[in-house]
Amino acid sequence: MSWFKRSKEGITTSTKEKKETPEGLWEKCSNCKTIFAADDLAKNAYVCDRCNHHERIGSREYFEILFDEGKFKELDKDLTSGDPLKFEDTKKYTDRVKATQSKSGLTDAIRTAKGKLAGETLVIAAMDFAFIGGSMGSVMGEKIARAIDEAIKSKCPFMIISKSGGARMMEAGLSLMQMAKVSGKLGQLSEAKLPYVSFLTDPTTGGVTASFAMLGDLNIAEPDALIAFAGPRVVRETIGRDLPDGFQKSEFVLEHGFLDYIVERADLKKTLALSLKMFKN
Amino acid sequence: MATYLDFEEPLKELEDQIVKTKEIGVDTEVDMADKIGELEKKLKSKTKEIFSGLTPWQRVQLSRHPDRPYTMEYIEGVTDGEFQELHGDRNVKDDKAMVGGFGLLDGETVMFIGQQKGVNTKMRQFRNFGMPNPEGYRKALRLMKMAEKFNKPIVTFIDTPGAFPGLEAEERGQGEAIARNIYEMMRLKVPVICIIIGEGASGGALGIGVGDKVVMMENTWYSVISPESCSSILWRSWEYKEKAAEALKLTSTNMKKLGIVDDIIKEPSNGAHRDHTGAIKNVKKAIKSYLTELKDSKPEDRIEARIEAFSNRGVWK
Ligand SMILES: [Zn+2]
Repeated sequence: MSWFKRSKEGITTSTKEKKETPEGLWEKCSNCKTIFAADDLAKNAYVCDRCNHHERIGSREYFEILFDEGKFKELDKDLTSGDPLKFEDTKKYTDRVKATQSKSGLTDAIRTAKGKLAGETLVIAAMDFAFIGGSMGSVMGEKIARAIDEAIKSKCPFMIISKSGGARMMEAGLSLMQMAKVSGKLGQLSEAKLPYVSFLTDPTTGGVTASFAMLGDLNIAEPDALIAFAGPRVVRETIGRDLPDGFQKSEFVLEHGFLDYIVERADLKKTLALSLKMFKN
Repeated sequence: MATYLDFEEPLKELEDQIVKTKEIGVDTEVDMADKIGELEKKLKSKTKEIFSGLTPWQRVQLSRHPDRPYTMEYIEGVTDGEFQELHGDRNVKDDKAMVGGFGLLDGETVMFIGQQKGVNTKMRQFRNFGMPNPEGYRKALRLMKMAEKFNKPIVTFIDTPGAFPGLEAEERGQGEAIARNIYEMMRLKVPVICIIIGEGASGGALGIGVGDKVVMMENTWYSVISPESCSSILWRSWEYKEKAAEALKLTSTNMKKLGIVDDIIKEPSNGAHRDHTGAIKNVKKAIKSYLTELKDSKPEDRIEARIEAFSNRGVWK
């Protein structure tokens, strides 16, 4: 479950690691373990040169890849979660949120932004798996809802980049409601005849899959991404035998008819630009 | 034979005593009326005592009580048997864990849909324990769209431990099926009433759970995960289900307080599982009053209010 560290974080790597990589920052592909210079990986959209493994990246990297010159206006930046249930398991929910915020530098598991892609305005909501597994709570629901309002107001397409373990347990029933809330909003977007692109990346599971991630005018995915309602462990336990190779991976989901296409990260921007152009022209 | 949960045991003892006392009365021809009356009074107060102090976990147990009425019994009850089950999703098969069809509610046609659990071991398997496959959700949607076409209101009964997490379910798009239902239900032009009659587990429940009125019966639960699974994930042990049940705020009272459900349908004092007739009567009364309330509003206003209501469900700062 490792992903390439951003170079900013790299500054704080331990002395031991620094010794091993005296010339600066090196990263290892989490699949084939090949070592690369971090800068080269960033240039390659965090895809391994050797095995084509798409490392998990976050909103920051996707915005950089997709928005022209990496320029965008972030929406509802300061929205953070409340604690309506006063939820406490082995930790208090509020403490968990605070700890994750300071560790990740993020406010919640999604960021929304407006910018231009190939010269055309677009609103994107992108999840961050680093924030409690990209889990969907009230903040995610509200930020997506407002982002859709922004797309309707700007008469522009809307895109969600999903990367999530599903609903956030610590908001229980309220998390569940976000599935319905966003779906209601997507209906309004649809009525405005504005395209919605759902981009599914590794992993997209649970309540996210069982709502907006599957509702795109276009459902598109990165290669080899886990896309599931019930996760593989649960399915394996249910059926009591091993799962077939490639089960619940993008290619499998495409084959079963739930995706329009799979796109390599390197081709994402130009492919998406063409799709959006087709809706428009 | 009736099943008694551990916390219901004192009631069973009193009930047994009443039966015995009645038998003695018959056998000995001694008038036991006073004694019986006293025991019945005791039973009543003990019932009240137990049912007014239920913990969240006890309510979860009640929601799964094998003697509770299931969807079909409610449908048959509220329609007085004037119901025709309609089968199949017109694509893959007929999912036995999801039932539906038109019924007459005091002469008015209503589309009834719900998850169905089995009443005995054999039927539980047949009904897949109330866990629908994608076909179940797609059958439900087909019936809802038909109801919309003929301008009939929809009532759904929710009672599921979850959508089925099987291999074929994944292949045939369990996620997409639930997503589609949520999306379409949000925009149905006819009134939609959703009643949680037992277990309301996560996406599997929400897949038939979007409506103008979402209500819970008193002794049911509705949340994003079962207390057992929540315990195993967050506490990394199955031992914390009681704690998880509390933390999740999944009871009808909590869910109403959080604004996630609109109303609570009272159950008979000893629970729906001990008094089916009473439970069905309360459900019918509730459905009729919601339908009266909803029937005069314009479809577009209802849809807007529905979207608005779900948009307000959440807390952020
Ligand atoms: Zn590699």
